[in-house]
Amino acid sequence: MANKQISQMGLPKSIANVFAARNVFTAKDALSLTEFELMELLDVGLAQVTSAVAHISEIVCPPCQTALSLMELRVQNEHLAGHLPTHMKGLDEALCGGIPFGVLTELVGPAGIGKTQFCLKLSLLASLPASYGGLDGHVIYIDVESKFSSRRLIEIGVKSFPEIFHRKGMAQEMAGRIHVLRPASLSEFTESLQQIKISLLQNQVKLLVIDSMAALVTGEFEHGAPRQNTLGWHVSFIKSLAEFSRIPVVVTNQVRSQSRDEICHYYFQVQSWNETIEDRTRHDSHLVAALGINWAHAVTIRLVLEAKSDQRFIKVAKSPISPPLAFPFNITSSGILLLSDDGIELTGPDINAIHCQGHNDIINFGGESLQC
Amino acid sequence: MEVGRLPISASQRGKLIAAGYTTLSSFSSLSPSHLARDLKISDNEAAEIMRVASHSHRLDGSAAGCGTVNGAQTAWDMLHEEEMFPRITTSCMDLDNILGGGINCKEVTEIGGVPGIGKTQLGIQLAINVQIPVDYGGLGGKAIYIDTEGSFMVERALQIAEACIEDMSECGGLLRKDFQACQLKMHPNNILENIFYFRVCSYTEQIALINYLDKFISEHKDVKIVIVDSVTFHFRQDFDDMALRTRLLSGMALKLMKLAKDFSLAVVLLNQVTNKYIDGSFQLTLALGDSWSHSCTNRVILYWNGNERYAYIDKSPSLRSASAPYSVTSKGIRNSASNCKRIKMM
Repeated sequence: MANKQISQMGLPKSIANVFAARNVFTAKDALSLTEFELMELLDVGLAQVTSAVAHISEIVCPPCQTALSLMELRVQNEHLAGHLPTHMKGLDEALCGGIPFGVLTELVGPAGIGKTQFCLKLSLLASLPASYGGLDGHVIYIDVESKFSSRRLIEIGVKSFPEIFHRKGMAQEMAGRIHVLRPASLSEFTESLQQIKISLLQNQVKLLVIDSMAALVTGEFEHGAPRQNTLGWHVSFIKSLAEFSRIPVVVTNQVRSQSRDEICHYYFQVQSWNETIEDRTRHDSHLVAALGINWAHAVTIRLVLEAKSDQRFIKVAKSPISPPLAFPFNITSSGILLLSDDGIELTGPDINAIHCQGHNDIINFGGESLQC
Repeated sequence: MEVGRLPISASQRGKLIAAGYTTLSSFSSLSPSHLARDLKISDNEAAEIMRVASHSHRLDGSAAGCGTVNGAQTAWDMLHEEEMFPRITTSCMDLDNILGGGINCKEVTEIGGVPGIGKTQLGIQLAINVQIPVDYGGLGGKAIYIDTEGSFMVERALQIAEACIEDMSECGGLLRKDFQACQLKMHPNNILENIFYFRVCSYTEQIALINYLDKFISEHKDVKIVIVDSVTFHFRQDFDDMALRTRLLSGMALKLMKLAKDFSLAVVLLNQVTNKYIDGSFQLTLALGDSWSHSCTNRVILYWNGNERYAYIDKSPSLRSASAPYSVTSKGIRNSASNCKRIKMM
């Protein structure tokens, strides 16, 4: 809407021509100027400028919906009221049915904790027929770190949905619905995003996975500062992709260790700041999400995967619908599984902290016995 | 008054000055046709210039001439008016206390904080609380919710609306008579119906919408709160020209302030935080820079203090700076858990 031509807005002919003559073609051009700047540029009176700006604004501004109509639309048009179930009962309940459509869901966690496993499982679920609780659609999987494993995908499928995968040809059909892209650099990634926009409309794509977002930029920049700006465009593009095609978008993020002088507070918190410094020296490792605060604002749901006292947890760290809950989980041959559907409610700094204590000891490959 | 200050087009101004009319008084006594002949313009155009000039002249004259100024209001009247308007409760007593009773109408309040602290939650809560009927000490108004990030969740709004009605029916037990009538009126669906939701996808749309709000609100007079969640998002992405950004932002802030005054409604802007390098260390501050921080009347920062969420009044012309704990529960914004005793006493 922002690039809508002024000449097609039904303004009086005389004023529309003046806009065109002064190279003010789109609504974006016109609204980026103040009324007085426009008066100077167009050489017309204030009254005319005000009415023209009001007219342009009215046409460009998005339509009004009531929250009620919004809800009714979702319930009517969308399968499962716009959620992709993760088939982890506790988590689905906390998120009102699963990963929501139309917004960004982020998975953060240390290496090897199970982020890719989570993504593989979600891809599989989105491609499953609706009768098995899937979305019956295609999946685009952007695999930046080259960690996607088809073999593992089929294994998860065979173990968790034997009735589908043991039918002849089904494994091929399910796996055939998952399209993997492997961009090698940020510019390639940008290119493939633009292609995706077109194919989202043509194909029946029901899920977009980006694993991982952080790898794209950590490879290119050493410093923290430019990182935020380089992703600015991508953040809004991916958000709008999710919004307009109404599909869930799942993005993973890495962790990095935070040095002590980077710990951030507001200026009025100076006193407590000194205390926390002492506090931190006692902890040997302190992890934060690799992409900074600007990125964290952009994601709607943040799930933290962490290891604490020999147990892995998945935490709902940021969500507009769920309280902060932690669920213990395990990774078995049939993929990621919750050990308990009752979440542990968290308070305070625990919500955002990322723990990583000896999770290497608890990797359990033959974890059949733990499926309860 | 100089011709240069008249709100007319540049070419008309040029013609006036070229013909020797540099001040208003120099041509205010002329007839439009005389002026048209002098400037070689059409009669209509000349009449328009005369109209604009006489309008400006009157404003100018009254300011200098009489003792009382046109359009001004005495401080006593303002105080009176302020007391007339109820404030919008946040559903958290401690937070209401430090805010002087809640979010004030006729003012622009900015609320910022780190991701996940509860900005959107507070926004949704206010959109619902503004609808509490007058009988229950509310405003009985409607809300406009401008979503720039796509973070508004209808499911969550429904949860909070249900909890709000539940709370009202509890205290409605005391006033049984009007409760029946109110219950009919306050169905969760009615609450959702009274939230006007706009999804904004670029900064152009954001500016356009704020220009358009003037018209929209004059058609929907009972709108009592405008929430922008968040004012930052589009202005933080793809902007190279920082001077342009500052100009657009301050223009937007002025329009919002005018809306708040004209329609006596509350404007709540949610803002993100950013890292700022001050005195050799990184500090958290609200985004959009220093000149933006002047544009809001009140500024509230939400932050983590130990295990609790706190709100801090960072800037306000009438409130002292203070902080108070709050919590986000399944019912919405409520008093902090450690202060539960106080709720029970009520």
